[in-house]
Amino acid sequence: MKISNLEKKALLRKMVEIRLFEEKIGLLFQQQLIPGFVHLSIGQEASTVGSCSALRTDDYIISTHRGHAHILAKGAEPKYMFAECFGKVTGYCKGKGGSMHIADFSKGILGANGVVGGGFPIMTGAGFSIKLRGTDQVGMVFFGDGASNRGTFHEAVNMAAVFKLPIVFVCENNRYASTSPAEKMVAGGSVANRAHAYGIPGVINDGSNVLAVRDSVAEAVERARRGYGPSIIENETYRYKGHFEGDRQRYRTPDEIQQYRLTRDPIDRFETLLIDEGVATQKEIDAMKTAVAAEIEDAVRFAMDSPLPDPHEAMQGLFVNP
Amino acid sequence: MAVRELSCSLAMAEALKEEMERDKTIFIIGEDLVSNGGIFGQFRGLPELFPDRIIDTPISETAIVGAGVGAALTGMRPIIDMHFADFVTTAMDEIVNQMAKIRYMFGGQAKLPLVLWAPDGSGLNAAAQHSQCLENWFVHVPGLKVVVPSEPADVKGLLKAAIRDDDPVIFFQHKKLFNQTGPVTEEKYIVPLGKAVVRRAGTDVTILTYSRMTYFCKEAARELARQGIQAEIIDLRTLMPLDFASIAESIRKTRHAVVVHEACTTGGFGGELSARITEELFDLLGGPVVRIGARHVPMPFSPVMEKYVLPQVEDIVAGVKKALRR
Ligand SMILES: Cc1ncc(C[n+]2csc(CCOP(=O)(O)OP(=O)(O)O)c2C)c(N)n1
Ligand SMILES: [Mg+2]
Repeated sequence: MKISNLEKKALLRKMVEIRLFEEKIGLLFQQQLIPGFVHLSIGQEASTVGSCSALRTDDYIISTHRGHAHILAKGAEPKYMFAECFGKVTGYCKGKGGSMHIADFSKGILGANGVVGGGFPIMTGAGFSIKLRGTDQVGMVFFGDGASNRGTFHEAVNMAAVFKLPIVFVCENNRYASTSPAEKMVAGGSVANRAHAYGIPGVINDGSNVLAVRDSVAEAVERARRGYGPSIIENETYRYKGHFEGDRQRYRTPDEIQQYRLTRDPIDRFETLLIDEGVATQKEIDAMKTAVAAEIEDAVRFAMDSPLPDPHEAMQGLFVNP
Repeated sequence: MAVRELSCSLAMAEALKEEMERDKTIFIIGEDLVSNGGIFGQFRGLPELFPDRIIDTPISETAIVGAGVGAALTGMRPIIDMHFADFVTTAMDEIVNQMAKIRYMFGGQAKLPLVLWAPDGSGLNAAAQHSQCLENWFVHVPGLKVVVPSEPADVKGLLKAAIRDDDPVIFFQHKKLFNQTGPVTEEKYIVPLGKAVVRRAGTDVTILTYSRMTYFCKEAARELARQGIQAEIIDLRTLMPLDFASIAESIRKTRHAVVVHEACTTGGFGGELSARITEELFDLLGGPVVRIGARHVPMPFSPVMEKYVLPQVEDIVAGVKKALRR
């Protein structure tokens, strides 16, 4: 897929925004300013940004418990996300959702899901809806290696294949589902392999190469948009932080994490590429990072300064017609 | 023998160890049990002792629960770890249509000695999909026993009873109570299913409760005592079978009843209790049976709203006064 220098720089900026957002969330959680459970996706930025960069604003995504990155990459604003993570009334969900349940329906973000594998069947419905309404939108479901073992995955992929629904199933295989290694839990060698059983394309990407991800996802999106049906994309990636903040991580070594950070970091790799290609200078990139960091600080301040909900607001919003 | 202070987590691990040593047909199946000893540390130490009998599975709840059913039918005593009680929804056919019905439907030919263990409840700001108390769904389905302990000693004794029981038992353990400590004797013991216990004796009103709300009720009772009201607290411990004899005995004395649980009041177990008390003890009652539970919304994330939705000590105090019409 053709890409301009400006677009390349935008991809880098988005990855940096996600990284800084996530690092900030981790810090705020440590300082006990963010309640509940928090799952970070530091290390997986290329997979998410590359995938979402192939979408239009009116396309749909459904996200997971590890959802901040998907939501940012689809265009949500950090300040309302921080506010949601703080449980503030100015958050995307008025403080009712929290870190695991952020949505911005105005941007086609149909919500992050706390139930692993909860998103597959819902996107099937969005696929039918797109077909029935006769638009050329596309739906993208993000999921983990672990989620590919839910029955909902198999039911939804089969149904999407049978009806040629415009869906791209994007697996972010970060090698672990909580404590469980994918190589022990995913039969058949890979998630993408399973596509063959349903007669649809299944592609494995280097998930730390944002351009490779973008190219391969763009092809699947195009296919879906033209009515040829779903695909499974598997981005091989890695999460640097624990499954959740506070995870003891007995299932892997610090060495393994370090190895990824040093050799396969998606941001470092793309930065080097842009400099080598002459697309950007180090100075430019540093200035961009400083600017993003300042934006993140502003967003945090907005969230901190926002009011908590009035407790009675808990009773609002259950039904359209109460 | 000595009595130690143990947390619910440790009491649970001790029960499992004792039972697994005694009976080789017991095994535990679920997600992420081995590496960290379960998400709440409830299995710590066990994987080393019983490496083949603690099975980490893929994220496939339908198959996990179904596997428990099949193993129970063929001579094993599985303990199914549901990870979070909220995820029972991903295996409802296996629980409701299979587990609960197989014995009866096939004319009593088979038995299903299994425990479905599920950490439930809110208070961790875990929001709508990780905070529910769904016990009453299973009380409503004939064929399932339902256990809801509050104290570490009961976690141990009731879990042992549930494992030895020949019928399917849904065992709900409150997430906020894993670190709750209490006295547990070193002696081997069992707490039988279907026996309630009086946690505090009183003469003016009977508070019927279970799980984490037992602690809230104790606090409410202290406040009520300051106001001259002596509440008797009954910790039901199991909802099916239900120890209605103990309930009736207490109400005969106090003539007033309040039911307190964390689940939504609407359609909760309190409704069943209230109805049964009204039907069977109507002539004894000096006032309405009052139900206290969560408000009728999914659990909101923000701590201020979560607190508002959950029953609090002052709600229990107010509920008791309403029952006494004071
Ligand atoms: C149905 C269901 N089962 C179990 C869980 C608990 N859980 C939350 S995340 C997770 C691991 C998910 O692994 P994966 O799909 O690979 O996504 P990752 O966390 O690696 O992004 C588990 C087991 C859940 N939330 N929902
Ligand atoms: Mg994973």
